[in-house]
Amino acid sequence: MSLRAAFAEGRFAVSSEVGPPTGTDVSEMLETADMLHGRVDALNVTDNQAAVMRLSTIAACIHLKQHGHDPVFQVTCRDRNRLGLQSDLLGAASFGITEVLALTGDHVVVGDHPEAAAVFDLESVQLLDTVATLADGSDLAGNELTGSPEFFVGAVVTPDANPIRPQLAKFEKKVRSGARFFQTQAVYDAESFLRFMEYARQFDVRVLAGLVVPRSARMARFMNKNIPGITVPNAIIEELDASEDPVQTGVDVTGRFIREVREHCDGVHIMAIGAEHLVPRVLDAAGL
Amino acid sequence: MIVVRQKPIDDILEMVARHKRVLILGCNTCSAVALAGGEKEVETLAELLRLATSRKGASIEFEGAVLQRQCEPEFIEELEEGGFDAFLSLGCGAGVALLSEKEDIPVYPGIDTLFIGASKGLANWQAECSACGECVLGETAGICPVTRCPKGIMNGPCGGVSDGQCELGDRDCAWVQIHERLEELGQDECITETHEPRDHSTKTLVREWDMSEPGERK
Repeated sequence: MSLRAAFAEGRFAVSSEVGPPTGTDVSEMLETADMLHGRVDALNVTDNQAAVMRLSTIAACIHLKQHGHDPVFQVTCRDRNRLGLQSDLLGAASFGITEVLALTGDHVVVGDHPEAAAVFDLESVQLLDTVATLADGSDLAGNELTGSPEFFVGAVVTPDANPIRPQLAKFEKKVRSGARFFQTQAVYDAESFLRFMEYARQFDVRVLAGLVVPRSARMARFMNKNIPGITVPNAIIEELDASEDPVQTGVDVTGRFIREVREHCDGVHIMAIGAEHLVPRVLDAAGL
Repeated sequence: MIVVRQKPIDDILEMVARHKRVLILGCNTCSAVALAGGEKEVETLAELLRLATSRKGASIEFEGAVLQRQCEPEFIEELEEGGFDAFLSLGCGAGVALLSEKEDIPVYPGIDTLFIGASKGLANWQAECSACGECVLGETAGICPVTRCPKGIMNGPCGGVSDGQCELGDRDCAWVQIHERLEELGQDECITETHEPRDHSTKTLVREWDMSEPGERK
């Protein structure tokens, strides 16, 4: 399985994500991946997510691949310049890791090494261009490659961004720069997401609705307040507040959302954030 | 102008601790306008340092003087011999560097050089330019993404924007502002055009600019 295969077969794609450990013990990451095996088409492997230092994403992708999983290699521009990024893209591709999610990345200031130099030699749009250049057989300096990778590259978009117009202009740049699929920031309001899909449908790209299971009203309020581009509607917060089992309610809410948007997008990307065990329950609730 | 900020007194004291007679040297151009290197600031800092030194039971003498510009040799030549064994410069990094080159006693920076900025009100400056050597302001409605976006993004806002605010929480998103201004100016083509990666060699290789020998421009 892979995202590429799911799209090619016209299936509703399901992806989730795993985070590499802070250290060399990858057993828990592999256990999580095993638990999700058969239920998801691909697993995003985060890249020093939230600017917090972790084991190398490429190494984690290789571990996963060797254990029969299908990684999506997340690449951010925060920690490497254009030489490092190209090297790593080629390195990953040499191991058959060719599904890539191109991101700018959170700033180091918000992470656990705030004194570090933030690189950002390139950013997401330019990284997409870089991937396309490598796939065409040369590097950014125009040198010919001996063996060029066939990437399947994606990017992210925030459908509930405020303001929205600059976000959509950037989305269109990403489409032009070769993004084949998009994972969205977490969305909760089906109506608002469907409006975005109506817009996105004019482009030849696959869109995975981004999902974060709200596990309590408190978590939903926290996200509304602190996570840019996430809006959990009040109705959902009230539902969680009134529930005796808010985790189950969160699972139900997420499953319901998937059923509502299923006919209008190409799949879902479930960001479990430490609650990967909920992913199969969400998929059950959604009838997937 | 170059915007600067005085270092904490304790940091300054630590730098000059092993000296006996220190000249605090103001710089009457940018630093003075930035309220960190004019005559008044030199006097105040001298008083503060004298007070702090005597409290610690140390004996360092502090005198003050102000040069018109520390980044020009002819102004440095005006300096008179005063038996000092160190300078504490309140000029920007260029001032400290030229003083160090021209004088034979140690020069310490009494301020930190922050950015090239514009005045936004009383004692308030905003970073507007990073001296990157490759100005893009013509395509970004006069708002510098290299300086005002913490990631120096060239192609629109990242996912960290919240109600027009940067994810760092301390500023407006440069790209939201650039979009709004480009729309107002009717420069929509600048919104849709993809900017290629910046040429950092411009900054690395332009280490000296001699107008009499311009050479080949990159």
